[in-house]
Amino acid sequence: MSTIDRAKLLDIYTRTMKVNRTDEKFRSLLMQGKVAVMYYCVRGQELVSAAAMAALTDDDYVVCTYRGQGEQTAKGIPPELWWAECLGKVTGTCKGKGGTMHITYPEKGIMVTTGVVGSGLPIATGLAMASQNNDDGKVTLVSFGDGAANIGGFHEAMNMAQLYKLPVVFLCQNNRYGEHTAFADHTSSESISSRAAGYGMRGVLVDGNDVDQVYPAVQEAVDRARAGEGPTLVEAMCYRMMGHFFGADFSYMPKEHLAEMAAEDPLPKLRKVMLDHQFSEEELDAIVAGIDAEIDGAVAAALAADLPGPEELAIDVFETPLVEAH
Amino acid sequence: MAEITLAQALNKAIDEAMAEDAGVFCLGEDVSAKQGGGVFKITSGLTEKYGEHRVRATPISETAIVGAAVGAALAGQRPIAEIMLMNFVGVCMDQIVNHAAKLRFMSGGQTNVPLVIRTTTGVGVGFGGQHSDMLEAWFAHVAGIHVVTPSNAADARGLMRAAIDCNDPVIFIENILCYGLKAEDPGPGYRVPLGKAAVAREGSDISLITYGRTVLDALAVADDLAKEGISVEVIDLRTIAPYDEATVLASVRKTGLAITLHEAVRPFGTGAELAANIQEKCWDSLKGPVRRIGGTFSPVPFATVLEQAWIPNKGQIVGQIKAALGKG
Repeated sequence: MSTIDRAKLLDIYTRTMKVNRTDEKFRSLLMQGKVAVMYYCVRGQELVSAAAMAALTDDDYVVCTYRGQGEQTAKGIPPELWWAECLGKVTGTCKGKGGTMHITYPEKGIMVTTGVVGSGLPIATGLAMASQNNDDGKVTLVSFGDGAANIGGFHEAMNMAQLYKLPVVFLCQNNRYGEHTAFADHTSSESISSRAAGYGMRGVLVDGNDVDQVYPAVQEAVDRARAGEGPTLVEAMCYRMMGHFFGADFSYMPKEHLAEMAAEDPLPKLRKVMLDHQFSEEELDAIVAGIDAEIDGAVAAALAADLPGPEELAIDVFETPLVEAH
Repeated sequence: MAEITLAQALNKAIDEAMAEDAGVFCLGEDVSAKQGGGVFKITSGLTEKYGEHRVRATPISETAIVGAAVGAALAGQRPIAEIMLMNFVGVCMDQIVNHAAKLRFMSGGQTNVPLVIRTTTGVGVGFGGQHSDMLEAWFAHVAGIHVVTPSNAADARGLMRAAIDCNDPVIFIENILCYGLKAEDPGPGYRVPLGKAAVAREGSDISLITYGRTVLDALAVADDLAKEGISVEVIDLRTIAPYDEATVLASVRKTGLAITLHEAVRPFGTGAELAANIQEKCWDSLKGPVRRIGGTFSPVPFATVLEQAWIPNKGQIVGQIKAALGKG
């Protein structure tokens, strides 16, 4: 039996299904040709994002990547704002100027979504530095993939964060692929979390498909960070069940491995944990139905919303709008 | 009034900003008291007053320095990040160009990055190819960044305060050879607004548009030529980008001739943008083509004789002015 209390389990389940139903809806809209934008599927990684966000408060900071739908929706960006942004509408979080790769919503702590692999780690280090300077009690969590662990900024940020004992959690979602390259073909070490030792940092390796591993690990890392005990590198093993982005060829992913990993799918596993805890099928279905209704409403509103006007090009470049000269 | 050097002016501006706003802090390599307050001593004395959290000596990690500064700025602080020498921006361009510059726009104005990146450079001290370049054009080409450089101590004090006040990222370029320049101290609270050029010397025959260390050359040449009856107007941009177009165009419309001058190499330099804009907007006032003077298109050399041959010199400036006036 899970050691996580029922209320928290329900919270994690709800967040997980928000992520999953948003992902399903996005792929369905793309398949039907109703929208045509870049979208990085999160199928297979829903639980890691949801459990991690369930370990944070609304005020805590998050930095994520272009495959950040999970963090964004699970942290609580209102669906109507999220969908409008993804569809490039003026009613979106960023007035249609950020898009799927740059969703930002400080009101819920989503400070940066970067489209550059590994660039979020140094920025997260700085958000945590501000929290340390201000003694504001906030924790920053930065989510990234295994591919990001091989860029220089990863090393620089890990060293700096540990040096200053900053309140930051480095969450590596090891989905086994860096773009189109398999983990073993891009990383010389056996795991990412083992590298933490090289910085004198605490490193934890967990099964990201098991709520009883991933949630407690992130919660402990968050609690330690908040208590001033410094950063943790949490590596959650998961699996990107689709290609790098929607529509991308993923024939390079071996069919046998896909089948093997399908057996590890976090969603049926989480459902079983919920049933074991006496949540009923009807109760769980009702949660999903409620999420679907909310998403349908948000998508309809986003599709009907206005596009940004050309005047937006001169706004938000600098604090003062640009004049024609430049 | 007391005189201060350009280096002291920067230190005073940072000091008073830190005293007024607890959100202002410095980070960079060797910046704290333990290391002597920075290799050029610009942050000396600040650790003693404000503590090590506000004068953070960092590892040699430019990506983490600028990335952390971006993050802290997003959280509402006002970091002053030092990139010891301008060529090292090559190590952290992603954080500057993809993040600092763009986050306000990409977030639809929900976030902003009030960040000053101080950096030093300059030809003429024998630092060779990787410690001397003026790379302002790289940043002037990116929407969302202010690029600033002072040519004198008073402006240094005022521009630094304005840069720290600014709610957007500022690249603040300091020329090593200018640190010792002295001027009357403009005093506490002095600010020079960003985006505002100075007419460093009024003239009527030709406009010489420049910034940073070469302003000194321009003023010296203008003095010399005045004795020959040639009246040179010297414009010190102070903010290289986005620059004060109104002041530049007004000067050129008055004189009818323009030369751009910078230490950076000439091809694709900021002088090319200035020249193109002047020709588009002042065509009817121009009596001749806009000329450009800049560094030689080669890496900055080491040997003094080569370095001096590389850098634009007063003789070249005089020659170009006379040629433009048909007195060559």
